[in-house]
Amino acid sequence: MSRYIIKRLLFIIPTLLLVAFIVLFIMDLTPSDPGTLILGDNAQPEAIEALNEELGYNDPFVVRYVRFIWNAVRGDLGESWQTGRSVTSTIAQRLPVTATLALGSLVFGSVIGILLGILSAVKQYSILDFFSTTLAMALGAFPSFWIGMMLILIFSLGLGWLPSFGAGGIKNFILPWATAGCFMISSLLRMTRTSMLETIRMDYIRTARAKGQTERKIITGHALRNALLPVVTVLGVSFGTMLAGTVTVETVFSLPGVGLMIIEGIRMKDVPVVTGATVVLAAMFTVLMLFVDILYAFIDPRIKARYAKK
Amino acid sequence: MNNTGTEQAILEVRGLHTIYQTDDGVVKAVNGVDFSINERETVGLVGETGAGKTTLALSIMRLLPERTGRIPEGEIIYKGENLLKADKEYMRRIRGANISMIFQDPMNALNPIMSVGDQILESLVIHNEEKRSGEELNKRVDELLELVGISAGRKHEYPHQFSGGMKQRIVIAIALACNPKLIIADEPTTALDVTIQAQVLALINDLQQKLGTSMIMITHDLGIVGKTCDKVAIMYAGEIIEFGTAEDVFNGEKHHPYTVGLFGAIPSLTSEAKRLKPIDGLMPDPTALPEGCKFHPRCPHCTEECKTGEPYLYQKGEAYIKCNLFREEK
Amino acid sequence: MNKTTGSANGVKVVRKKKSRFREIWGRFKKNKSAIVGLVLFSIVLLMVIFADVLAPYSATIEPNIPVRLQGPSAEHIMGTDSFGRDIFARLVHGSRNSLLVGIGAVFIGMVIGGTLGAVSGYYGGKIDNIIVRITDMIMCIPMMLLVLTLVAALGSSLMNVLLAMMISNIPGYTRVVRSAVLTVVDQDYIEAAHSCGTPNRWVIFKHIIPNAIGPIIVQTTMSIGSMILNAAAISFLGMGIQPPTPEWGAMLNEARNFMIQCPYMVFFPGAAIGITALGLNLMGDGLRDALDPKLKD
Repeated sequence: MSRYIIKRLLFIIPTLLLVAFIVLFIMDLTPSDPGTLILGDNAQPEAIEALNEELGYNDPFVVRYVRFIWNAVRGDLGESWQTGRSVTSTIAQRLPVTATLALGSLVFGSVIGILLGILSAVKQYSILDFFSTTLAMALGAFPSFWIGMMLILIFSLGLGWLPSFGAGGIKNFILPWATAGCFMISSLLRMTRTSMLETIRMDYIRTARAKGQTERKIITGHALRNALLPVVTVLGVSFGTMLAGTVTVETVFSLPGVGLMIIEGIRMKDVPVVTGATVVLAAMFTVLMLFVDILYAFIDPRIKARYAKK
Repeated sequence: MNNTGTEQAILEVRGLHTIYQTDDGVVKAVNGVDFSINERETVGLVGETGAGKTTLALSIMRLLPERTGRIPEGEIIYKGENLLKADKEYMRRIRGANISMIFQDPMNALNPIMSVGDQILESLVIHNEEKRSGEELNKRVDELLELVGISAGRKHEYPHQFSGGMKQRIVIAIALACNPKLIIADEPTTALDVTIQAQVLALINDLQQKLGTSMIMITHDLGIVGKTCDKVAIMYAGEIIEFGTAEDVFNGEKHHPYTVGLFGAIPSLTSEAKRLKPIDGLMPDPTALPEGCKFHPRCPHCTEECKTGEPYLYQKGEAYIKCNLFREEK
Repeated sequence: MNKTTGSANGVKVVRKKKSRFREIWGRFKKNKSAIVGLVLFSIVLLMVIFADVLAPYSATIEPNIPVRLQGPSAEHIMGTDSFGRDIFARLVHGSRNSLLVGIGAVFIGMVIGGTLGAVSGYYGGKIDNIIVRITDMIMCIPMMLLVLTLVAALGSSLMNVLLAMMISNIPGYTRVVRSAVLTVVDQDYIEAAHSCGTPNRWVIFKHIIPNAIGPIIVQTTMSIGSMILNAAAISFLGMGIQPPTPEWGAMLNEARNFMIQCPYMVFFPGAAIGITALGLNLMGDGLRDALDPKLKD
């Protein structure tokens, strides 16, 4: 098992290298250069060129890529062309906001999604089931940033209960959590319900009934654990989607997080900022997926056994 | 085999009807079944796939699929109590402790993410009326594993680490855990390799003798019935069309034409026949059963009277045959 | 109970072999929510087709300052925006751009990704290994981020959003098609075809594609919905279609600044996106159940 974990951890390195490569490569196509950004459009072309040369912008792509990786390993993601500030420190300052948003929504979305999923499977064809599946369909179809704006209209502007922007305290995060959690509720609810319905029909559930086990313990002890296996995978993927979705949610609620940083970077054509922030978010996602894989192996003895053998 | 126990019926089924309500119509799976089983006795329930054997077993356990399965009429009497009238909680206590079941497919009958020891222990914990300590219960788990021929040291392993035959042994251990009075074995060897079949069957037989449990053995294999059962019930289209001791059914003179057909469909070492004689036609569609005797469309002796009304009930002692052929004999 | 035993006495006539399409349609139309989805999506499609009949295009572009920021009325059923343009007209014409991006991105992504996946799944070996590794790694970047960086690099325009979403759609299709092909390739009938000396090309077109098409159709229907959502999000962030061209996401971006005075400006475009995606998702679910009845709960 530990060998498997080490193997997976080692696999992260080439993945991150490639992720950085793709992001750098794409951003390299941006029609923007540090000289113009720093000195302004009206500066002398020679001066711009000289500055580009000095900053290493004219080096071949591969050289810049290796330099980026080399510096990134030592915790330096470069400096903003726009402000000259260290990208690493800007991210460090903004990451807590994004992390609070993402983790809070993860908890909110998964608790509600999984709980409703279980209930609607156990009470299939009931009113609750109908309500839950309709809710899941709706939350999955309407854009989360629009749901966010509707929430602002109702709870901030209409009722005046909650603030609509900024990242002051817990109160500021309630609406963003609900907004970003919507998509997770939708996918987790549907997945949990389907998986649970499938599990309830398995033979070993009948075996448990034949033993005289109580219906409650059959659901919590036998069905749930088996049903949650595929849900864990979906949890990982939808967390990734949500992580990227923080970009829009942070825009709607003006939360100063990494997502908003990417948007501002793109508007300013500030390549190091966009590259650094995107690589950090992608790395977070990669690590999370790895964590999900390992978690999966821990709850399913069959998979654990397969890896133990290898 | 052993008929030495008191002639006290432990379970009696009377006029049992079971239906499934599906989108395609009402499936009449069990249509008026009567039989009883005495203490220490084994009754073989024989029939083709789709004859309603498993439905009958699930009806007795009251484990029919909740949304579709229904029992519109009949009685299932266990220890003087009609189980069909009992509340859910009473039934739950009966299951596992008094009546337990061995399932057809051991591959899926065990929870894949729970150690086999824990799955046996679960049964003991549920029905722990004597309030035995955890240590005692764990000792009983070891005992049960050894009883079915598995080393107690393997109790922390998971189902995927066992072969099919071993899994079925574990299912048997679960069924035996609380010393039930009656075991319903639903084709316990069908899903296993032929060589393993004999072993598992011998084990079931052996344990039953040792523990003095009654058993309903569901199978479509007449060989198994011959080896293990005291009494035999032949099922066709949800009805028991012939019932009697193993002696009656295997060596008796009078048989239902379907029983004759069943025996004609298995190879015999003693007879000279060059070819097997399959029964013509197929089992009727349970959503649209034929009128009269349900076997009449396939019966070589079919007469006009077979096509309407219930067939004649020929009785001799405990044995009976539902067929018009024997009407004139009276 | 075994119900496939068929007819014993002619009560149930052996079912005639219906064409596959009719059989699927038969199951699809029994599914109420799938029909709701079909109706919703048909309404949107009609809107796309008859946009010019419903409202003149000029009304969506030309400012009409005297009537700016008016609430819904008989004249402007969904009100007017900050330039006095009729929101209903913009909504109707915007449907074309929103759907174009969604459907375009999915179809082109499907063709390229599907080809890669089919090649990968069918030939296996080294090609498969390389393709799988690369798609796995690209999929480590959350889709929205990939699209955003691509749009940032290519510049904000309708075509570039389409291009960016198409590129980021490729890995997903490669994966779906590859696994669909793999399950089919393993079947005995493919081996049977090979053993008869059937050429590879023939096996792919005659046997593999028709049998793997189910999951692909389902994936397509479902992802048009999510592509429309993604496209809307990009435009909402101000990186997609540039004003004054009408598009639902872009309309929401403009409306954001007037959210307090004119909530209706926010409401209608979002509802349009949601209804379109909802219709597509419901249809996708229905199709999945109709194509493979085993999967139905």
